[in-house]
Amino acid sequence: MALLEINNLHASIEDKEILKGLSLSVNAGEVHAIMGPNGSGKSTLSYVLSGKPDYEVTEGTATLDGVDLLELEADARAAAGLFLAFQYPVEVPGVATMTFLRTALNAQRRARGEDELSTPDFLRIVKEKAAHLGISQDMLRRGVNVGFSGGEKKRNEILQMALLEPKVAILDETDSGLDIDALKIVSEGVNSLRSKDRAMVVITHYQRLLDHIVPDFVHVMHKGRIVRSGGKELALELEASGYAAYGQDAA
Amino acid sequence: MNVVTQIRTAAEQALGIAVEQRTAAAEAGRIGELRRAAATAFAANGLPHRRVEEWKYTDLRALQREAAPLAGTPDAAAVAAASADVMSIEGAPRILFVNGTLVGSASDLALGAGITVEPLDAALRGPLADRVGALAPQRYDGPLALNTVFLGSGLVVRVAAGAKIETPLHIANVFTGAAASTYGRVVLVVEEGAEVTLVESFQGPDGVAYQTNSALELFVGDEAHADYIRVQEEGDAALHLATLMTEIGRNAQLHTFSFTSGAKASRISLYGRFGGQHSQAGLNGVNLLKNKQHADVTLLLDHAVPHCESRELFKSVLADESHGVFQGKIVVHPDAQKTDGRMMSRALLLGETAEMDNKPELEIFADDVQCGHGATVGDLDETLLFYLKARGIPQKEAEALLVQAFVGEALELLENETLREFLIARAAAWLVRRAG
Ligand SMILES: Nc1ncnc2c1ncn2[C@@H]1O[C@H](COP(=O)(O)OP(=O)(O)OP(=O)(O)O)[C@@H](O)[C@H]1O
Ligand SMILES: [Mg+2]
Repeated sequence: MALLEINNLHASIEDKEILKGLSLSVNAGEVHAIMGPNGSGKSTLSYVLSGKPDYEVTEGTATLDGVDLLELEADARAAAGLFLAFQYPVEVPGVATMTFLRTALNAQRRARGEDELSTPDFLRIVKEKAAHLGISQDMLRRGVNVGFSGGEKKRNEILQMALLEPKVAILDETDSGLDIDALKIVSEGVNSLRSKDRAMVVITHYQRLLDHIVPDFVHVMHKGRIVRSGGKELALELEASGYAAYGQDAA
Repeated sequence: MNVVTQIRTAAEQALGIAVEQRTAAAEAGRIGELRRAAATAFAANGLPHRRVEEWKYTDLRALQREAAPLAGTPDAAAVAAASADVMSIEGAPRILFVNGTLVGSASDLALGAGITVEPLDAALRGPLADRVGALAPQRYDGPLALNTVFLGSGLVVRVAAGAKIETPLHIANVFTGAAASTYGRVVLVVEEGAEVTLVESFQGPDGVAYQTNSALELFVGDEAHADYIRVQEEGDAALHLATLMTEIGRNAQLHTFSFTSGAKASRISLYGRFGGQHSQAGLNGVNLLKNKQHADVTLLLDHAVPHCESRELFKSVLADESHGVFQGKIVVHPDAQKTDGRMMSRALLLGETAEMDNKPELEIFADDVQCGHGATVGDLDETLLFYLKARGIPQKEAEALLVQAFVGEALELLENETLREFLIARAAAWLVRRAG
């Protein structure tokens, strides 16, 4: 079985079906890109997998390393190795970024039966990873994402991913809102986390991200389903022709 | 004139008898007069109830079913038990009251230059006796009337003109033993240009229906700086009634902070008055309630003179079936031009049946003022909760982080770092107890 295995997934929100029988297999070591028009359900897929309330799964399965994700609370899914870099990271006023990072990391370690990190070890690791992503000490002291620019919020997502070292990371439009330099920094951050034990699902609208994070597979999502899959050249084709070819698809 | 015969509750009858006994013996002088006047007022009005506007949400007649007997002098075992339990604040000298009795042997009474303390009963015969009762409000206040009738236990603290007292003074009230009632009063006189921080704490055992009635009279002199922090962690069956009265001089600053997580039912009545121009007051607080706890903060702030600034921020966290009340009234007198007042009460409901009553009011009789008030009641933000959980933080821990952030906005207003950290830790402990 693949590291992330999604089979015939149906999910709705407020009685409106958004995912309509989606299947996807992602093996360890692979990077998959998901592209598709606005409203096709890409973010919905990422929310359903990570356990956001409000969504109802009506059919299908999703497993991570053999663990049934759909049975678990969101925090347990994270501890099982799933990470979602949000399309719109929220601000959490009053919770210092450092406190948040330490609480998250230690909660996951506890859930996996590992020891909590000592404060000095934790600080050393965060400082090192933050430096690579151009995140200042001042930002770490502030409330989570509070007063961060759009690009800074995205970098903060990647910092969290680097710290939590998930098995499967879903990056939802991490490139949107990034300037050219930040895109490079973030891509390098992501690439440095590529490994044979880890898989990534990169949701994007643009080829330019895929120039930096080169995918093994590209999928087209349309109306809640994967309607086409191919290699990295599929992204170039979409860039040239758009999604018009899928528009005629029966709803 | 029609005579209305009011039906007295059992508690009122018992209190009435105790009041009569206390005022039976002739007592000369001003204190005797005060006591008799309070007794007469109590006989006429009794305990406040929901038809009294200021007590609308806290019907004391219903809440105080019985009048616990007056607490006796604690024995050695009680003092030992209280000394073992009493909370302490790093670096702060502490004065201990057990069941309303000052325990000199367990108190730091020699406080160094500039600050003196004297037991209230002795001070009633001294030069500061005139201060006692001087800040009482015009309107009838039931708990204050009783506090005045039973006046005797407490402390008069005087900070000499110009003295800057660096370390906070901690007056700790501990209750122990079987249900009883205590009446205590602190008079704090901060003379011209002086600076001081006073902490009062209240604690006692769970499951004992004891009753604490506490009053504070706080005189903030011209150019003076006073901070008053109260930590109310009474036992879960206790009734806690507090009356805080203050008058603020010219160019002066007052900050009060009330932290309430204890008692089955509690009420703070705060009466403040600006008596001198160009002064500032910050009246803030945090209430953390669970189960069927009830906590009422009712404040009345008089801007009697121009050019003063007031800020109030009260944050309530209401779990389970708890009930919070905030009533705040800012009165701006006709000539109090350039008044700047802002009042805010925010409540976070954690329990399905928790409830908050907010009633902020402005009464403005001057035309050139800036005043505002607001009140909010809300639930935890689901979007934020999901973000935290998606990072592996379990529900209870995520809730605790968000609650801490919520009350943090008020706690951050505490300037003294030791006290700020002290209260942040107590809020965290409350969350841990709640989760556990
Ligand atoms: N609370 C909701 N109630 C009803 N419909 C919703 C709700 N939330 C999302 N939807 C709908 O679900 C569909 C899929 O939304 P989703 O955010 O997953 O799209 P997306 O593919 O991520 O789009 P984009 O590329 O713009 O980010 C949209 O039609 C959207 O309007
Ligand atoms: Mg989206």
